[in-house]
This record gives sequence, C-alpha cells and structure tokens, in this order.
Amino acid sequence: MSAAGTTIPGTFGAALLIARKDLAVELRSRAAFLSAVVFALLAAAIFYFAWDPTAVPSIDLAPGVLWVIFTFSSLLGLNRSFAAEHADRALDGLLLAPVSREAIFLGKALSNFVFVVGVQLVAVPAVAILYNVPLDRAAWGIVGIGMLAAVGLVAVGTLFSAMAVNTRLAELLLPMLSLPFFVPIVMAAAQASARILNGRPYTDFAGWVRLLVAFDLVFVTACTLAYPYTIER
Amino acid sequence: MRQKRLFDAFFGVAVLAVMATFVRAAYFTPVEARQGPAQKIFYIHAPAAFVALYVAFGLMAVSSALYLWLRDEKLDRLAASSAEVGLVFTTVVLVTGPIWGRTVWGAWWTWDARLTLTLFLWLIIVGYLVLRSAVDDRALRARYAAVLAILAALLIPFIHLSVYLFRTLHPQPIVLKPSAPSLPPEMLVTFLMALASFALLFLAFLRARYRLATAQDVVTGADG
Amino acid sequence: MDPGVDAVVHAAALTRHFGRCRAVDRVTFSLFPGGCLAVFGPNGAGKTTLLRMLAGLLQPSEGSAQVGGVTLPGGASARATVGLISHHSMLYPALTARENVEFAAKLQGLPQPRQAAAHTLAALRVDSWADVPVRALSRGLQQRVSIARALVHGPKVVLLDEPFTGLDAVGSAALGDTLAELKNAAVGLILVTHHLQEGLAVATHVAVMRSGRFVRYESREAIEGDAYAEGYLELAAAAQ
Repeated sequence: MSAAGTTIPGTFGAALLIARKDLAVELRSRAAFLSAVVFALLAAAIFYFAWDPTAVPSIDLAPGVLWVIFTFSSLLGLNRSFAAEHADRALDGLLLAPVSREAIFLGKALSNFVFVVGVQLVAVPAVAILYNVPLDRAAWGIVGIGMLAAVGLVAVGTLFSAMAVNTRLAELLLPMLSLPFFVPIVMAAAQASARILNGRPYTDFAGWVRLLVAFDLVFVTACTLAYPYTIER
Repeated sequence: MRQKRLFDAFFGVAVLAVMATFVRAAYFTPVEARQGPAQKIFYIHAPAAFVALYVAFGLMAVSSALYLWLRDEKLDRLAASSAEVGLVFTTVVLVTGPIWGRTVWGAWWTWDARLTLTLFLWLIIVGYLVLRSAVDDRALRARYAAVLAILAALLIPFIHLSVYLFRTLHPQPIVLKPSAPSLPPEMLVTFLMALASFALLFLAFLRARYRLATAQDVVTGADG
Repeated sequence: MDPGVDAVVHAAALTRHFGRCRAVDRVTFSLFPGGCLAVFGPNGAGKTTLLRMLAGLLQPSEGSAQVGGVTLPGGASARATVGLISHHSMLYPALTARENVEFAAKLQGLPQPRQAAAHTLAALRVDSWADVPVRALSRGLQQRVSIARALVHGPKVVLLDEPFTGLDAVGSAALGDTLAELKNAAVGLILVTHHLQEGLAVATHVAVMRSGRFVRYESREAIEGDAYAEGYLELAAAAQ
C-alpha cells in the first residue's frame, strides 16, 4: 500500500492541498464567513448613522469605512484559521506529514486570503450601495488595491494567529499584535482608494501602491521564514 | 550564588549625569526665542525618543534575532528587559510630547512623524509584553517574543514611510520640528549631554532589570 | 552485529534536553519488524517526548536513532516511514472520516489517495461510517478513523501514545486486534501506555521509563505478568 509511486508533494503542492482542506472545512459550517459578512454590513450601517451627512459627503467617508471594515472582519476569519488545528491537535497531523513547515504556513495563508477576498467581494459593493458611491471603472482599481492589501494582511495575520492560538489570551492577542502591522496597509489602501474614487491619475497614489507592494513582499517572505520558528523542533 | 546588586555605582553615576544635564538645561542653557522656557522640555523629550527607538528597540530586535540563532536564554532575558525599560522611556516621550505641543503650539497632538512613530513603538512594546505574559512555557515564550520583535523591526520603517507619505501629501498647519536639527552650540552641547546621560540611565536600568530577570529564572529553576 | 540492517527502529543513547532538564536521557533499544515495544512509566517520564522524537517532530539533542532506515533528524523522508497515533485524534471534526483519511493520503503523496483511504477505512472496519462527519462518531470510532489516518501510507513504524485512553472494553479489544494485525504485517510498534494488561498482551519487549531513562528493558518472554505489574507499581510510586 505504500512506497510504489509515492511522490511527496512539494511546498506549493502541499500548500494547495492544505488550503483546499481549510476551505472545505469552512464551507461545511460557513459560520466564520457569515459572521464576517454580517459584521461588515453592520459596521457600514453604524458608520453611516454615526456621522453628519451635511458635513462630509458620503463618498469621502466610504474609503475609510471600507478599509476599517476590511481590517476587523478579516480578524474574525484569521482567528479561526489555526483554531481548527488546535482543537484535536490536528496541527500535529500536519507536522507529521512529510511536508515542509513553510507549506503549512502558505496553505493557511492562502485559505485566509480566499476568505478575506471573499468578504471584500461582499463588502465593497455593499459600501458602494449604502454610501452612494458610483463605481464603474473605479471598481477594478478598488478590487486591485483590496487584493494587494489582503496579501499583506493575511501574511501577518496568519502568523500571529498561529502564535495566538497557543496562548491564554488568544482572541485578545491576535488583534493586539496584528493591528499595528495593519496600519500601513489600511492607510495605503484608504488613501489610494480615495484618490481612485475621485478620479485622480495614477501618479497621485503611485506612492501608496508601491508601499503596499513593498509591504507585501517583505512580510510574506518574513512571515513564511518566521513560521517554522514558532514550532518546537 | 552571590546576588549582584540591582542598583549599584553605575546606576549612581547615571543618575548624577542626568541630574547634571537637567541643571545645565535649566540654568546654563539659553532660552529659545520663539518658544520660551517651555522649549526646555525638548532636552527630555528628544533624548528619550532617541534612546527608546535606537537603543531600547534596537537592542530588543538584535538580541531577539541572536536568540533565534543561538537559543541562549540570556539573549531572551536581555530582549525582555530592554522592552520593559524601553517602555518607560517611550512613555516619557509620549507624555512630554503633548505637554510641549500644548504649551508652545496649542495642540496636544499633531501626528508628526517622530511622535506617531513613537506611539506605534509604544503599542508594539506593550503587545510584546502582553504576549510574553500570555505564554507559560519558557522556550515557547522566548521564540514567540523573538519572532514578534524581529517583525516589529521590519514594521518600523513602513510606519515611518506611511506617516511621511501621509504628511507630505497633507500639509499640516503647524510644522513641528522636535528634533530641531540646527541647534546653536550651547544648546547642542546640552542636547548631547542629555542624550549621553539618558543612554547611561537606560543602560543602568537595563542592568538592574536583567539581573532581576536572571535571579527570577534561578528561583524558578530555569537557569540558562 | 549491525542492528541498523534489520532493525526498523534503532536508538543509541538518544537524548533530548529542554533547557537544563533531560526529558529523554540516553535511551538505547532496537525494534525489529513485527515487534512491539511497550513503554510504561509515570507521567512526566519522557515517554511522549521519546515518541515525538522518533516521529520526527523533535530533534534529538544527543545520541542517534534510525527510524525506518532514515537517521534522525531525517526531515520529510523520515516522517514518511512513521505513523503516530495519540489520544488526540488529530482529525478535523467538520470533515467526514473519508475526507480526513484522504487528506492524509494526499499529503503523503500516495498515487491513489481515494483508494488507499477506502482500503484503510475498510481494514479498520469503519467504512460504514466513512461519510459521516467525524464529530458525530463515538470516541471508539474516532480512534479507529485516527488510526486509519496514521496508517494510510503504510508506515513501517507505528508509534502509539496512550491510545487506550478513553476507550471502553469493545474499543480496547478492537485496538488490540489492530495491533496484532500490524505485528503480523511486519510493522514495528512502540506503544506507550498506562494500561499494563493491554500493553503486556501485545508486547514483544517491555521497558519502564522514569526521569527520561529506561530503568527496565527486557523481552516479554523474560517476565511474568503479575510480578511485573507489582514491580512496576513500586517503581512508578518511587518516582513520585
């Protein structure tokens, strides 16, 4: 039953397997995804009711609201990422498999990325509708910014959720550790989206896009390399 | 094992140095024309900021990186001690900054680059210390803390860059220059004295905290 | 004699430190195909640490070990020859038994994961529950699915960490049968357990571990069950 024809999956192959498994688990209950979506819609409503519409037009409020929602609803998803592995020591099952530690991290990050982008695909249209933001061509720009931001957010959030799940204050620690890291992402995403919505040329927000790209490159690499250190060897 | 004294001659020297600097700043340094006597808070604010970021945080990050490489518990203790003492210095910056701003310019907070960076440094160090307190296993705690410190070191340039980009595109009505690069000679000397004495004070507190940490580890039987 | 040639597990002065504590202290033994080493000992003796080292989860600090022909730490290839079963199921409760075992099979790189999973589930007689979410299964059935997960890639060495915990008489008997079948299939077993009777029933060699060391290590035939049980209780009590 064993050795013949066995090819141990490489890092990316294993990461894909793990990501698919994670998404299969999430699809079974959909609880985390629904919570994140409901949170996003409620937050959009609360922000709207909390401000004076005569003072600031809603289109100016929208980018800030959008990326704040993005941050906090993503945290809901990131929390459950390693919690599922913690319950019956399923993480040991992953560690026992002949796959690299980096593959485990990348697989988790990939499934978190799908989760976060999924929530965005609901939140962006919702905010556009609720805040009367005309989207047309700007929509693609916003989606692009959103995906760039999601990469960095997921890299950092996945690593910290791996660590937080082993601590006493898991639900508190994940946001506490992650939010300082989310600040450059949210700032860049909000500033860039605001300019996109106002029809500004690319040169007006190129700096913010470059910052996002640099952040993504640095932190995807750093978090992937750091993950094995969070596991006892 | 003979316990090393926490507060010894070195500490005394550091305190004297700081006091001497304050005396010089208060009585023997000229008063700045535009801002008046309140400007002298600069001699606490700026050196504390420098020490917090470059000495305390730098030490935290470097000893964390070395810990992951060498796995020597002393390095972990050094990182943790540096974080705690650094938090005090960072708090000093965050308290003196608004006092200075309010007194001289009428605004408590203006999101200037240096102060904002220090705010995030404060938040990061608090997160680091909370993380440490939430992990019971020694080795796990050390590894997690080290990873966080190294990632935080990577984050600092991005925070700085973000705030810089934000400010250059959003000109503020008030332009603060807390690091006042061009100081007349007497002020510069006082500033450098303040810098040196604060660094000494940091090292003195660090030594004390480190010795305390070592003693605690001996008691709990986890000597490294 | 070169035990490395025939032995499926060979440990020589295997040691693991945690700080100043020696969790595993110069453990030496050999395990041959079809053999079963039962390791008894009080809590904190280092039994779990020993298993985790042999499974490739922890690196040895000193000494050496070969598992399935691969010298530790052997990385991915060492892990491919080993299966670890513990009292934690390591399963995903929301997924079915079949999905859990197929996932393990895919991670092992098996050419036909679906068939391998079905085959293993059938061999452990849980195939009728294959499409039930794991959380809906009883502890005994979950245990069997967990074993299927560990065996799907046909490991040469199976490590069991207190597998009898929480099992009723039926479950224990089923597990005992599984272990006997594995022995017949020339798989090497290392069984860590508090349940002396179950351990002695299936063991070919027995060891008692205390403070990281093997304080007793002999073949099963050399001992007499009842006297051994008494002696063990004294040893375990002395460690408290």
